[in-house]
Order: sequence, then C-alpha cells, then structure tokens
Amino acid sequence: MRYSFWNLAREALRGHRHWQRAWRDADPAKHYDVVIVGGGGHGLATAYYLAANHDVGRIAVIEKGWLGGGNTGRNTTIVRSNYMLGNNTDFYEWGLKLWEGLSQDLNFNVMLSQRGQFNLCHSVAQMNAARRRGNVMRAHGIDAELLDAKAVASALPHLDYRETARFPIYGALYQGRAGTARHDAVAWGYARAADQLGVDIIQNCEVTGYSFEGERVTGVHTSRGHIGAGRVGIAVAGNTGRLAGMAGLRLPIESHLLQAFVTESVKPCLDYVVGFGASHFYISQSDKGGLVFGGDLDGYNSYAQRGNLPLVEDVIESGVALMPWLSRARLLRHWGGVMDMTLDGSPIIAPTPVDGLYINGGWCYGGFKATPASGWCFAHLLAEGQAHPLIEDFNLERFADGRVLDEKGVGPTAWAH
Amino acid sequence: MRIHCPYCGPRSHAEFTYGGDARRERPADSNPDTTWWSDHVFLRDNPRGEHQEYWQHTHGCRVWLRVTRDTATHEIGAVAIAADSSDARDNEDRQ
Repeated sequence: MRYSFWNLAREALRGHRHWQRAWRDADPAKHYDVVIVGGGGHGLATAYYLAANHDVGRIAVIEKGWLGGGNTGRNTTIVRSNYMLGNNTDFYEWGLKLWEGLSQDLNFNVMLSQRGQFNLCHSVAQMNAARRRGNVMRAHGIDAELLDAKAVASALPHLDYRETARFPIYGALYQGRAGTARHDAVAWGYARAADQLGVDIIQNCEVTGYSFEGERVTGVHTSRGHIGAGRVGIAVAGNTGRLAGMAGLRLPIESHLLQAFVTESVKPCLDYVVGFGASHFYISQSDKGGLVFGGDLDGYNSYAQRGNLPLVEDVIESGVALMPWLSRARLLRHWGGVMDMTLDGSPIIAPTPVDGLYINGGWCYGGFKATPASGWCFAHLLAEGQAHPLIEDFNLERFADGRVLDEKGVGPTAWAH
Repeated sequence: MRIHCPYCGPRSHAEFTYGGDARRERPADSNPDTTWWSDHVFLRDNPRGEHQEYWQHTHGCRVWLRVTRDTATHEIGAVAIAADSSDARDNEDRQ
C-alpha cells in the first residue's frame, strides 16, 4: 500500500484496523543471486538500490536479530557532508543529496531535519583548519560557511561565552544542509521499499559460516539452514571482523565501544547540531525535546554494547564545559554500540580476496549519515563487480599501499580516530 | 573494569592507558618485507571473546601490563608484566 494523505484519512475513518504489514516476513529460499548479510540501514539500503537500480535477479537480506537493532538504532542521528580527503568529500555529499530526496523516494517519512550544524573552533589554529576544510568543501560544491564568534553567539545563545570559559569560542564552520533524521524510519523505509521490489527480508537468521566451491563463496550457513548465493555482501558494521574471520580474512578493523546519551525532554533550546571543538562532544535536540549527545569511544576493544562509567563522566564534563546549564538536565537513557574502527578512520566498501565475498564496513562512528550513499555504492559493487567512482579510495589495498584516508591525522591507532 | 596491577593492586581502568592488541608480531627491524610490516601495523584478529592486550598504569606505577580480557563481557583474566611475557622475549630474540 502506498502511503498518502488519502490513505491516511481513509484508514483513520476505519479506526486504523486495516493497515497492511509494511514488509513480508519471508522464509529463506534455497538460493538467491545476491545475499546481503545485515539488516541495518546499510544492508537494507543496499538491497533497495540493488533492486531499484540494477538487474541482478533474486535478492535477500538476512539479519540475526531484528531490523535496525544494531548501530542504526544506537546512533545520534546526525547527517552532514563536511569531509576533506579523497573520496570522503564527494561520497558523503552524494549521501546528503540522497537524504534530501529520501522520504519521497521511499514513500516513507524519514523526518530529515536540515537544521544546520556548527563545528566550533576554540583557537586561531582551529579557525585556520576550519577555513581549509570549508574551502575544500566549497571547491566540491558543498555548502560551508566560516562564522565568527558573534555570528555563532546569535544562533546559539546558550553556550558559554564568558571570559572565564575554559575553551573560548572563536567561531565555527557551519554547514546549513546538515541536520538529523529519524534513525528507525530509515531502516523501516528502506525495508518496506526493498520488500515492494521483491527483496526477501529474513530476520532472526544468524550467519554461522560460508560454503565454498573451490575458492569461491557459494552461500552462507545460517541458524535457519544453508542459503545459496551467487554473491555475498556483508554490511554488519561492528561485527565485520567476525564475519570476515569466518572466511579466513584479517582486516584493518578493531571493534570498539561508543556510548550515546539522551536527557529528559526540555523546551526548545538548541536549534542546531553542535560539535564542540575542544573535546570530542556533539549534541542536538530531538523532536521530543531530549538533548541527544555523544563523545569519545571508551577506548578498548569491545563487542559488549554497554559502556563503562569513566567515559560517561568524560563526555558529560565536555558537555558542561560547552554549555554549563547541561549539568541541571537529567539523563533519561544511555546506551552503547559496537563500532568498526578502521586503522585510518575511513570506511571500506570493497571486494575481498575471497571470490564472491564483498564487504561494506569500517564505518567508525560515522555510519548513519552514510547510509544512503553506502547502499547506493555497495549495490553498484555487488551488481557490477567493480567499485563505483565514489568509493574507489575505500578499498582494502590502501593500507599496504600507503594511501590511507586519515581525516584526523592520528595514524594507525584504531581507537584514536 | 578493574585491573589488578601486580604492584598497586586492583585499580580502576581509568588509571590505565590502553595499548591495544598484544598478539601482533612485530617483524625484526632488519626485515625488509613490506607485507610483514603492513600486516603488523594494520591487520588485527579483532576477536569476540578472549583478547590479549597492553595497558599501561599511567596514573600509578607506569608499568606496561599484558592483560587477558573478554571483549564480549569485559571480564578480566590473567594480568602479567609485559616485559616478562614470553612474546616480548621472542621479539628481543628475533632482533
């Protein structure tokens, strides 16, 4: 059923008793032309664009739990495209362009709110770095504005502008088209749209290994039996290392823990997404009024999806340094997710040395905003066997070849990116 | 998490600095094979479960430790002084 104003009005008059399921609960078939492992935003987006843009035959998405139950449901929902190196710049911008038309494409409201994002600067050196980044963005046709402290203060009146502030605000790099989106709606919207194009979405189906014919992958062993596949694409960020390990691969990825937080609802007080420049801290206000924020990784390898208290203290100290009134807000919830941290901080969408096996992972903690572009480009890779021009740099060889994309410039320390 | 430092006793992990995977094999300095070096610098086993890793007691005695920790439960097992571990001695032998 297509969602429209008329459908909504009709179903409302009928007491909302006749809505159909948004997607089928498919049982696995014996064989598919493409099997995508991972029913989060990236896997579902891949399935949708594979069905919509390419002609590859039967497609399945298999998911060990429920749709969007991993990092798609555990992020701070920020979308932006302010990257500087190699493919990162154009890739994330293509993602933002897809976000801008996504609700119409999917016939599902992903609640994109392009409220704008400030990346604050707290020194002359940071202003210079922001100017350089802004220039790179503008040279690629991306909107970027360098604002002085006065302009920042008029848009964000509730930050600490006192002379005694620990980190005085010099200005900010502002991207007006950045913002937030409703994270669950992204998974559901892609799932529903992919299902309508004939994709089988199979939940509660955990991959336990691969089947091979010679050197080539011919399918996946799962908790619901063997599923044959012409090609297998894994989109399981957080667990990419494990899924690749089952095929005997070692990757330039470590799994790390990232926590995020939301306060009780308060009246509208923060109209933009704000990134603190003196410490790692980012915050926005949700439509329900909660202040959603996050900071650094816990900083040790983990698959636990739950964090430790010292990091909670660290993130909240950063927040209070930026906006002292935050200390009066009460935390409603906090949660942890498992991040695929690559050794250069940039993602991997590439064929692997195993024939027929492709990976989409290494999203560090920037995966949510990439969802549409990641699906678009991974679908292209699975259909054509060749990298889309937007992801040529996101290969596995870049590490050994010395062509790493290290936006932060911290070197091969996974937890420092 | 609490790490049992052999010198200082059980201390919060906030006193320690993480040093990462302790099972990576550093090639001998004289090894000219770049594949070995890029594997050492970039590739990881990244296990879910038992993980051997380095922690330095930065806000204590500053000793480097080799800790066995479960990455799925955060449970900490054996803790040894890194310089005493057999791998460290192997590294010295290789060089």
